[in-house]
Amino acid sequence: MRKTLLALAASAAVLIPGAALAQDKTKACFIYVGPIGDFGYSYQHHQGLLEAQEHFGDKLETAYLESVPEGADTERALERLARSGCDIIFATSFGFMDGTNAVAGRFPDIKFEHATGYKREHPNVSTYNSKFHEGRYVQGVIAAKMSKAGVAGYIASFPIPEVVMGINAFVLGAQSVNPDFKVKVVWANTWFDAGKEADAAKALIDQGVDIITQHTDSTAPLQVAAERGIKGFGQATDMIKFGPETQLTAIVDDWGPYYIERIQKVMDGTWEQSDIWGGMKEGHVVMAPYTNMPDDVKALAEETEAKIKSGEFNPYTGPINKQDGTPWLAEGEVAEDSVLLGLNFYVQGVDDQLPQ
Amino acid sequence: MLESILITIATAATPLLIAAMGELVVERSGVLNLGVEGMMIMGAVTGFAVAQTTGSPWLGVFAAIVVGAAFSLLFAFLTLTLVTNQVATGLALTLLGLGLSGMIGEAFIGAPGVKLGTLYIPYLTDLPYVGRLVFGQDPIFYLSILLTAGVAWFLFSTRAGLTLRAVGGNHGSAHALGINVVAIRYLAVMFGGACAGLAGGFLALVYVPQWVEGMSAGRGWIALALVVFASWRPWRVLAGAYLFGAVSIGQLHAQALGWPIPSQLLSSLPYLATIVVLVLISRNRRLTMVNTPACLGQRFVPDR
Repeated sequence: MRKTLLALAASAAVLIPGAALAQDKTKACFIYVGPIGDFGYSYQHHQGLLEAQEHFGDKLETAYLESVPEGADTERALERLARSGCDIIFATSFGFMDGTNAVAGRFPDIKFEHATGYKREHPNVSTYNSKFHEGRYVQGVIAAKMSKAGVAGYIASFPIPEVVMGINAFVLGAQSVNPDFKVKVVWANTWFDAGKEADAAKALIDQGVDIITQHTDSTAPLQVAAERGIKGFGQATDMIKFGPETQLTAIVDDWGPYYIERIQKVMDGTWEQSDIWGGMKEGHVVMAPYTNMPDDVKALAEETEAKIKSGEFNPYTGPINKQDGTPWLAEGEVAEDSVLLGLNFYVQGVDDQLPQ
Repeated sequence: MLESILITIATAATPLLIAAMGELVVERSGVLNLGVEGMMIMGAVTGFAVAQTTGSPWLGVFAAIVVGAAFSLLFAFLTLTLVTNQVATGLALTLLGLGLSGMIGEAFIGAPGVKLGTLYIPYLTDLPYVGRLVFGQDPIFYLSILLTAGVAWFLFSTRAGLTLRAVGGNHGSAHALGINVVAIRYLAVMFGGACAGLAGGFLALVYVPQWVEGMSAGRGWIALALVVFASWRPWRVLAGAYLFGAVSIGQLHAQALGWPIPSQLLSSLPYLATIVVLVLISRNRRLTMVNTPACLGQRFVPDR
């Protein structure tokens, strides 16, 4: 029942700014998994849309659907946009993967761009992603420096490679400072439920963690951290307003440059299938200012960030053991991108069993 | 640690309890309002907006109650005066509320909210183990307990409560006795709206002091289920809300402790528990029938 309602609500929420449907205009469409007002992940994608709109002005028409459920309803939402004359459609969540490929098969003239996935079943489907885990590594370094308990709490959404990659990177970063550092993981099984995320944060704090980080999209965990007087990290967007004395830094997703580049290619007729995975180097992942930490921690964080940015260091560089202690990467060995994009196991030091 | 877990459970249960208590009264009067989610989120957005603008969380709470009641008036007018279908109208109210709140709240996205303070009584709040739990919570928590007691007393110990139940049990007979069925239902629906609004205000002012679209996240629907779960008895609503809260929080703790149970299963536990209890309750058919308002969801047009 609720799902149907959400779907109804989603289809009711089609907004088409700019009434004119002139042929010479390019139309870019977006679907978001959450509301654009989540002040997190979907908000940040929408900022990308707005950036593109500003960049192209009258030459670009945009449309978006928000709170689109992942799964079967995705196809309906995409099909609706496809029929409305979009030239390029950005599907901005992992769970839109199969829907995007199915609809792309039916509309070969429309370009599809799927965020954070790995399936490109048709020549008109591209995938793009950001190396959020580079930021997570830096957070791990900071967490291990700042934590007195030696345990951090991690609120996760769904056990997909992107999230697992983030947890592992956080642990690796932390262990580079303190080899005994532990991470407790709670799966909220939602991308966005402020109340539940707050409850998860409270549960973790009650069990003794003194740093909170999250891979869910609301500001609630940071607010709980502020209330309980511990430190935390912002997610997807700079959340400093919600924890002026709490936020250590935040991983900010900056999608604007990518969207502008891809839309430009559609306009020029040079769009081709691609698989882009940009990180700090490409400017897709930006760290919010380092705050609420001593200068030495800040210096270490900046140094780590600079090393990753210059390409000198990859967070997934061996020696790394899997959770059960068996070796994964040998000394100096760097994980292949293809392995990371399908990552489904933890590294040593995660205090959790990965849901399969 | 136990105390703070119990407080977390109370915080999780309170909005469900308040919204469900309102809906219980509505359904006891024979009206099925599926718009709880919509009224709740309207309460949340106004509560947040007013508190943020004026700086006073209490004004926010008040505004949430008023807007919840006003919003439910729309439902009452459509279903009671124009005699539209209650199920469809209730669903429409939910959709309208979700959309409208998103529009109203646009200016408040990313604004830090104002939090309603917690009670502090010298000595009592500082008592070990139970002090904060019993004497140190937010005022709405105490209100929700009083509300439960009040509704239980009103429904089963007052004449007005008897009249309300009569309207829900058999509106034809109630009408024949000279009771103004429509007027009573109007009041009941507005009470339900006020409660849903308050529950929403609680979400935005106590639970997580922020406004984000869709932040009620289905709690209105859980409140609706709790009413049936409780077989329309106030104290059972309280038990249901706390059971639901306890299981929801408990599963998070189980995860943080690293129990080797799949988190997907743990996440579904609150819902599974609800279903199990529903099945157990409905085994006794006669008892269920006694409590179900016989005219629930039926249209009523007074003959003149």
